[in-house]
Amino acid sequence: MDWRAIELSLWVAGIATLLNLLFGGSLAYLLARRDFAGKSLLEALLTLPMVLPPTVVGYYLLVLLGRHSAIGSALESWFGIRLIFTIEGAIIAATVVTFPLVLKPARAAFEAVDPQLLQAGKVLGLSNFAVFCRISLPLAWRGILAGLMLAFARAMGEFGATLMLAGSIPGKTQTLSIAIYEAVQAGDQHSANRLVLVTSGLCIALLLLAQWLTRRRSVASRS
Amino acid sequence: MFQIDIHKQFAAGDFRLDVSFHSKAQRLVLLGPSGAGKSLTLKAIAGLLQPDTGRIALAGQVLYDQARQLNLSPQQRQLGYLFQDYALFPHLNVRQNIGFALRRGPANPGKQQELPQVQHWLARFELQPCAGLYPHQLSGGQKQRVALARALAGAPRALLLDEPFAALDAGLRHSLREELLQLQIQTQLPMLLITHDATDAAVLGQAVIELSEGQVRSATGTNCSPGA
Repeated sequence: MDWRAIELSLWVAGIATLLNLLFGGSLAYLLARRDFAGKSLLEALLTLPMVLPPTVVGYYLLVLLGRHSAIGSALESWFGIRLIFTIEGAIIAATVVTFPLVLKPARAAFEAVDPQLLQAGKVLGLSNFAVFCRISLPLAWRGILAGLMLAFARAMGEFGATLMLAGSIPGKTQTLSIAIYEAVQAGDQHSANRLVLVTSGLCIALLLLAQWLTRRRSVASRS
Repeated sequence: MFQIDIHKQFAAGDFRLDVSFHSKAQRLVLLGPSGAGKSLTLKAIAGLLQPDTGRIALAGQVLYDQARQLNLSPQQRQLGYLFQDYALFPHLNVRQNIGFALRRGPANPGKQQELPQVQHWLARFELQPCAGLYPHQLSGGQKQRVALARALAGAPRALLLDEPFAALDAGLRHSLREELLQLQIQTQLPMLLITHDATDAAVLGQAVIELSEGQVRSATGTNCSPGA
């Protein structure tokens, strides 16, 4: 059994999910609560990774972050970070592909919070930060969490963009779904079967958890 | 007590708010049909809506003065605000809702936390049996009491009430009107109430300002006059 591939996949999906909590969560709050010029365009751009084929996303990332690109060469010369054929690259690929999966439900969750409750919090003397922590977040967190679970499950299965950016180096960047592909290519039915079952099991468990959380949320917000 | 002078042009539609009046009354009622600008006036007083020009002073404190570039935030105004549908926090129980303003940091009061002021207001409004219940488990009258207790627990300078009886049936409306009157007499807290119901105005208003289409139509009662 290729435990290393499972470990890599969990690691990549875990970090990608955390990054999406940070970036997807804050952007979702911004989109839900603020109006600004170019908002629709930004939204469309941010949703793009969901509709573009993952290989296309991967190609964009390769061009954008490769050693010959401005960003890629800056990252390498300033921080010594290389994103191509590395685990960091796999994390970036998984983060970008799953980003809309967090953004959409998190934004919907923040928008579902009655603005009057936020006004009530301010009139009661709370700072904007306290209003966010004590009203927005507790009322929206289940929606955000459901998005994070979906993103994690999707990141576990990421293939196209990861292969483009991080390649398939066994023990280094060869994640679960890439290991399955390689096993099938090599005619190793036995390994492929086991990896497929593990992946399916993990994803089903996550989907059930996400469903349960969303259901509990709708019960809690009923009044 | 109340020196209100609010002017605001709304971009959407051609609605214009021009509400000016002075009154020394402790209990002031703004009366008018829906769409008269009552809620907007109340929101401007609370700092939830910024006028284009004007001046707002209440209970001896200037809250907004366009000429002096003064505009206190809703937090700084220290007012109690009773929202029309009460705006109770659905994720917090009655005890936590009432204690909400007593904790200023990023964490809500605990589910079982017994703060002295919360105990006081629970007792004052006979809410002890529902202390652990959540807003969706309360009746309309209980919700209103919780919302009042929540506003009062923060020791506000004045109380603003947005159609406090609109969501209640006739019998309950009658008894809660009396209750509110007694509360004001007892606490001596300046109170500004908006309503479309003339009975509310007759029972509660020492002074009554009538609004329609964003303008003051008449002002009656204790030392009360329409502004310039």
